[in-house]
Amino acid sequence: MALLSKKDTNLILDPLADNNPITIQVLGICSALAITAELQASVVMAISVIFVMGVGNVVISLLRNVIPSKIRIIVQLVVVATLVIMVDQVLKAFAYELSKTLGAFVGLIITNCIIMGRFEAFALGNGPWRSFLDGIGNALGYGVILVIVGFFRELLGTGTLFGIPVLGDPIAKTGLYSIGYENNGFMIIPPAALIVVGILIWIQRSRNKALIEEA
Amino acid sequence: MAINTDKNVYTVVFASIMVVVVGAILASFASGLRPRIDENERFAKQQNILYAMGVHENTEDSGVNFIPTDRVENEFANYIKEQYVLNNNGDVEQYEEAYLLDLKKQIAALKKGEEAKLPFFIGEKDGKKSYILPMYGKGLWDAIWGFMALDENLVVQGVYFDHKGETPGLGANIKLRYFMDDFSGEYVVDGNQFKGIAVAKGNNDPLNENKEDYEVDALAGATITGNGVAAMIKESLNLYKPYLQTVRIN
Repeated sequence: MALLSKKDTNLILDPLADNNPITIQVLGICSALAITAELQASVVMAISVIFVMGVGNVVISLLRNVIPSKIRIIVQLVVVATLVIMVDQVLKAFAYELSKTLGAFVGLIITNCIIMGRFEAFALGNGPWRSFLDGIGNALGYGVILVIVGFFRELLGTGTLFGIPVLGDPIAKTGLYSIGYENNGFMIIPPAALIVVGILIWIQRSRNKALIEEA
Repeated sequence: MAINTDKNVYTVVFASIMVVVVGAILASFASGLRPRIDENERFAKQQNILYAMGVHENTEDSGVNFIPTDRVENEFANYIKEQYVLNNNGDVEQYEEAYLLDLKKQIAALKKGEEAKLPFFIGEKDGKKSYILPMYGKGLWDAIWGFMALDENLVVQGVYFDHKGETPGLGANIKLRYFMDDFSGEYVVDGNQFKGIAVAKGNNDPLNENKEDYEVDALAGATITGNGVAAMIKESLNLYKPYLQTVRIN
């Protein structure tokens, strides 16, 4: 017997491609703009969101029959906020350098609409195991886009990856820079993320025409 | 037993229990991790101060490499010989663990006319004295801060800058070596004038060969952060002016 049934596998795989939270549902754009100027921040943000979403979905799912519907959004917010504070404190205690580079971004997870969206749309109506898979799947789908965008923005904007120069030295004019290549400062500012995400959406929909909405 | 989750009483009870449970979890988490976090912050401060006076593990082409945390406490005790505070009247007194004082609070107290203790440190490396000033200011989005080490002639030996939320890839680069290294050797005082160091665009000296122009080359795309750094340096020098003047006469 497979570890996951086909239906469960789809919970993880769908958000990675044809139901991606960023490129298809267009959620979580705000943080995708803010933190993708550097690849390292993208990766850590992705990992943090995977944790918060996996655990958060399970907590909400376990509580789904006792949460009063009138205050369910508040309860969801409290759960996210609690988990985010815990992540923040753990990073500060055990990965201090990293917590400094991430700074305010970890707090931004609270406002990530994908998390609230999955709590509301999935965890409130499904069991803990399936909610866990759904949370991990959606967070992975979010993380994949973040990492792709971060990769291109850091590479084209500053010529580095994870802070390591890969295209040569722009001041001493070595590597690619010796033949006249220049870093594109535009890639570092937030609008560039929208353009990269736009190109991803374009590529995805031209490969799978079924994703194109009727005008 | 089915509970009617729509009742107001139930909602209030649920909310109250939730608040207590969450409060307890977070409080125990915070107090459990507090000692570790405090220690990390202390080590980071020691690393930054040592970095400014040139005690670090940088190699020619490396990025910023601090003294590792397992050694930083000993090295700090070795290199930082004296710690002082400067009070409102311009008097200097010795103060244990002055580096743990929060400069932001001290500046705020000073501005309100309350009793303030501005910390500074005297280090010694290879027989050369360093006068290390902390500094605090604002960048584009949020706070910036740092340390500057000066020699007896008030020439910059080294700096360390950090920030809370400057734009990654632009203003955030104030904590990278190519920006901070430019400050070493710069003059900050012209006669009796505490000029500081401007972070200037188009100063025609991108390689920073002229050390007496009171300027370093700015970061492209980070004008406001750069101006913030310049303003911070100037403010800090003026805060410590009463003390620095006595240093130079000696």
